[in-house]
Amino acid sequence: MTYLLSYTLFLPLIGAFILMVFGNEGKKESILNIKILALVTTCATFLISVALVVQFDYSVSEFQFIEDRKWVANLRFKLGVDGISLPFIILTTFLMPLVIIASWNIKDRVKDYMIAFLILEFLMIGVFCALDIVLFYLFFEAGLIPMFLIIGIWGGKDRIYATFKFFLYTLLGSILMLVAIIYLINLSGTSDIATLSRFAVSSEDILLLGFSIRGGVQTLLWLAFFASFAIKMPMWPFHTWLPDAHVQAPTAGSMILAAILLKMGGYGFLRFSLPLFPEASLLMQDFVFFISVVAIIYTSLVAFVQTDIKKLIAYSSVAHMGFVTMGIFSMSHHGIDGAIFQMISHGIISAALFFGVGVMYERTNTRLIDAYGGLAIKMPIFALIFMVFTMANVGLPGTSGFVGEFLSLLGAFESKPIFVSFALLGVILSAVYALSLYKKVIFGNLIKENLKTLPDLSMREKVVFAPLVISTILFGIFPYFIFEMTSISVQFLITKVELETAFAASSLVNQFDLVLRK
Amino acid sequence: MYLNNFLVIGIESGLVLSGLFFLVLGVFSKSKDINKIIYFATIFIMLFGAVMSGGSNYFEGSAFNHTFINDNFALKIKMLILLSVSLVLVVSYRRLTSNNLLVFEFPILVLCSTIGMLVMISSQDLIVLFVGLELHALPLYVLAAFNKRSLKSSEAGLKFFLLGALSSGLLLYGCSLIYGAVGSISFYDISISSDDSNSWIILLGLGFILCGLSFKLSIVPFHMWAPDVYEGSPTPTTLFLASAPKLAVLAMTARILIIGFEKFTDGWQQILCILAILSIVFGSIAAIAQKNIKRLLAYSSISHMGFAIIGLVAGSQVGLTASLWYTVIYLIMTIGVFTFVLNMETKDVDSLSIQNISGLSKSSPNLAILMTFLICSMAGLPPFIGFFAKYFIFMAAIEAGFIWTVVLAVIGSVIGSFYYLRLIYYMYFGDTESTISIDMSRIEYLVFVFAGVFVLVGSLNFFGVDEYLRLAVESLFVND
Repeated sequence: MTYLLSYTLFLPLIGAFILMVFGNEGKKESILNIKILALVTTCATFLISVALVVQFDYSVSEFQFIEDRKWVANLRFKLGVDGISLPFIILTTFLMPLVIIASWNIKDRVKDYMIAFLILEFLMIGVFCALDIVLFYLFFEAGLIPMFLIIGIWGGKDRIYATFKFFLYTLLGSILMLVAIIYLINLSGTSDIATLSRFAVSSEDILLLGFSIRGGVQTLLWLAFFASFAIKMPMWPFHTWLPDAHVQAPTAGSMILAAILLKMGGYGFLRFSLPLFPEASLLMQDFVFFISVVAIIYTSLVAFVQTDIKKLIAYSSVAHMGFVTMGIFSMSHHGIDGAIFQMISHGIISAALFFGVGVMYERTNTRLIDAYGGLAIKMPIFALIFMVFTMANVGLPGTSGFVGEFLSLLGAFESKPIFVSFALLGVILSAVYALSLYKKVIFGNLIKENLKTLPDLSMREKVVFAPLVISTILFGIFPYFIFEMTSISVQFLITKVELETAFAASSLVNQFDLVLRK
Repeated sequence: MYLNNFLVIGIESGLVLSGLFFLVLGVFSKSKDINKIIYFATIFIMLFGAVMSGGSNYFEGSAFNHTFINDNFALKIKMLILLSVSLVLVVSYRRLTSNNLLVFEFPILVLCSTIGMLVMISSQDLIVLFVGLELHALPLYVLAAFNKRSLKSSEAGLKFFLLGALSSGLLLYGCSLIYGAVGSISFYDISISSDDSNSWIILLGLGFILCGLSFKLSIVPFHMWAPDVYEGSPTPTTLFLASAPKLAVLAMTARILIIGFEKFTDGWQQILCILAILSIVFGSIAAIAQKNIKRLLAYSSISHMGFAIIGLVAGSQVGLTASLWYTVIYLIMTIGVFTFVLNMETKDVDSLSIQNISGLSKSSPNLAILMTFLICSMAGLPPFIGFFAKYFIFMAAIEAGFIWTVVLAVIGSVIGSFYYLRLIYYMYFGDTESTISIDMSRIEYLVFVFAGVFVLVGSLNFFGVDEYLRLAVESLFVND
């Protein structure tokens, strides 16, 4: 057993522990030491995860770097990655050092802040590499507690309402998933994800409270998992916690929330809903497509009328996640590849956009669009970088935003062309709100007095933006870097789903046959 | 043969004799420190009893014509009870001293109550059960009213006594109905002699017995005493009330239902199922409005007992193990949280208001983080051990087919997590400085740290406790 995955997973936790024991905020030097230790820990984690990528075998679809340890009861502490989880782990470890640098100017309770973020990193990596379903659930839900504290302690004016809403809403969804998980473990006798993927849950229609449920047990379990992932993603109409949480969270908190915590929902769909419940996914495909299209169009329109920049970007996140769910539930190779790519690219882009808002907020202490205008004159570098990410958000070819959207829509078009035609409206609408935001904030005349003396980007801010710009353009021109990781695993997933649904469909055909022949 | 009877009740006899000895000593001694001496001697005797019951099977066997049984189940639960009561006494020492309540009667009453609990767990007979139940409950009524100078304490004691006497009466009535139907008071005889002709009387008797037992467990709708008694009693009594008796009554309920009423499993499963859901939902909702931390903990323990009962509802070995596991974890969390609450209390009238913990994260960060661990564990959030407690309960219930129960329980636990989060909100999110100064003695701090750390570390390794409980339950089911 190679322990590479354990090193990646536990290094942030060890860093947090060292900070807890040895950190003290007495002198200025010790505060600097705390920040440096956090930065070093996250950079080291990133380097180890690069080793994971380098040693990853792209030609197999099974889980690699598997570590299997005895845990409690019948559960096992099993870790492993495949082509679907690896990009998310890299995204997490890549963004965390940038997040730490972005939080360099925190003055209040620095030690607790860094500890919270390091523990959050540990939990996020754990979600993506857990191979035991209860372990996955543990990491999934445990991530709520540091986020609750981050928004509640270092957040904005209405942070209490936002953080309670975030926590309780997400908790409700995931706890329904817990019931489904326990039922599944009971049914199949194992909690191992790889074994569960091969277990066929019955999809016979059943009777529940007088209603006949198509797809039976599988559909009910699918719905329970859907409750959790739909709230996490978030999908319309379960998205109302996101704008509040984003606006009230500190800059770095929003970066992590948008970039990674949202992707856990998409990852959950890929890891659980599709392989474990293929017939139910097929049955609910229309439903998911419908709410994805509504999400894309509705939230884009809502984003257009926002007056708070952060809320606008939050709604745009919901819209982009609509593309992701369309891609995932198209259950085609293009669609799922595109969805994963869209998740990775959106992670980078939204982190950059939220950091951009943070840059503006640090200078003027306001996030209202009306307070800005003409920033291009005094902050040209910032204007240029903000332009890159606005274009990436819109999905301009050449940036990573285009590849994901295009492929997910292409994959979805193969089965549901009408839904995709409506979704394409969303592409135009995203240009509407993004460009209008850019115009109002960056272009125009520099009228307001307080904006005339703003400094352009500092070295620290440039250091945060640089890797994000490079990745966006790099993945936009060479998307192959991500596709070579995901391709084989996605193909395996699709083949499995197609086999299962064809099997169910063919058994239906066989039954028809028997009836006719009688 | 005759001597064997007395060997089996050896632990209880030893505790009774020590109790009487301490009582005489306390009355006639002229020493000023006699209270302290008796206090620590009680702790020592109980630890000795715990070691005896857990370590050796010298006391194993059945006594007095199969009315009193010391099987593996009984011995293991007795050890847990004696350990937890000793811990309760250790932690309460400072608070009792500062409230001038440290008289020798306190530990002796606790000892008597504990003896009652031990008798209850070993009972195979309705009369022995009643004797044990009363013996454990009467000292509790006195302990609730122990603070003679406080009006609230007297009120709590009186309420507890009246309602407790009523529930004991109901229980006795149920016992008499069963005796009338079956002709015997032994659990074994009840289980074999129920048939279609007398089953309706037995069911009626079972209903009354469950009323009495639910009162002791503080389950809805027999929970009314809990908030007032918890709030009014001196805090050491509240801690004692909230911890060991719950485990004892749960173990006794398990024994009587599983051995005595095994033919009526469908009946009591349904009853307990509804009581459990009501407790969870009502306990969670009512706790949201509470401002006094002891009342909040009372409602929280009502909802915790609801969860523990769900394991019993499953009616299987797995279910009972899950119930006991849940109660053991609940014991540890309760002792941990109350160690904190014991130190919150001052002469002030609203020293126990939950807003007093505002800003604790700035004044004592270590206490705040450990308290956060305990609170998150009580709410059932992963990765704390409270999550695993709920996990095993749900697992057992789903295995037995009670899926709707689990769904409702889970929704209740989300509602409940709100007031736990609010405590964390007070500790971390406020800008105000803390108005209380919590200084614990070294041993209290040790217990608090142990509880807080166990709650986190226990998720990695159960340290053999679940195996311990599984063996205990196995002997109950085999020993039919």
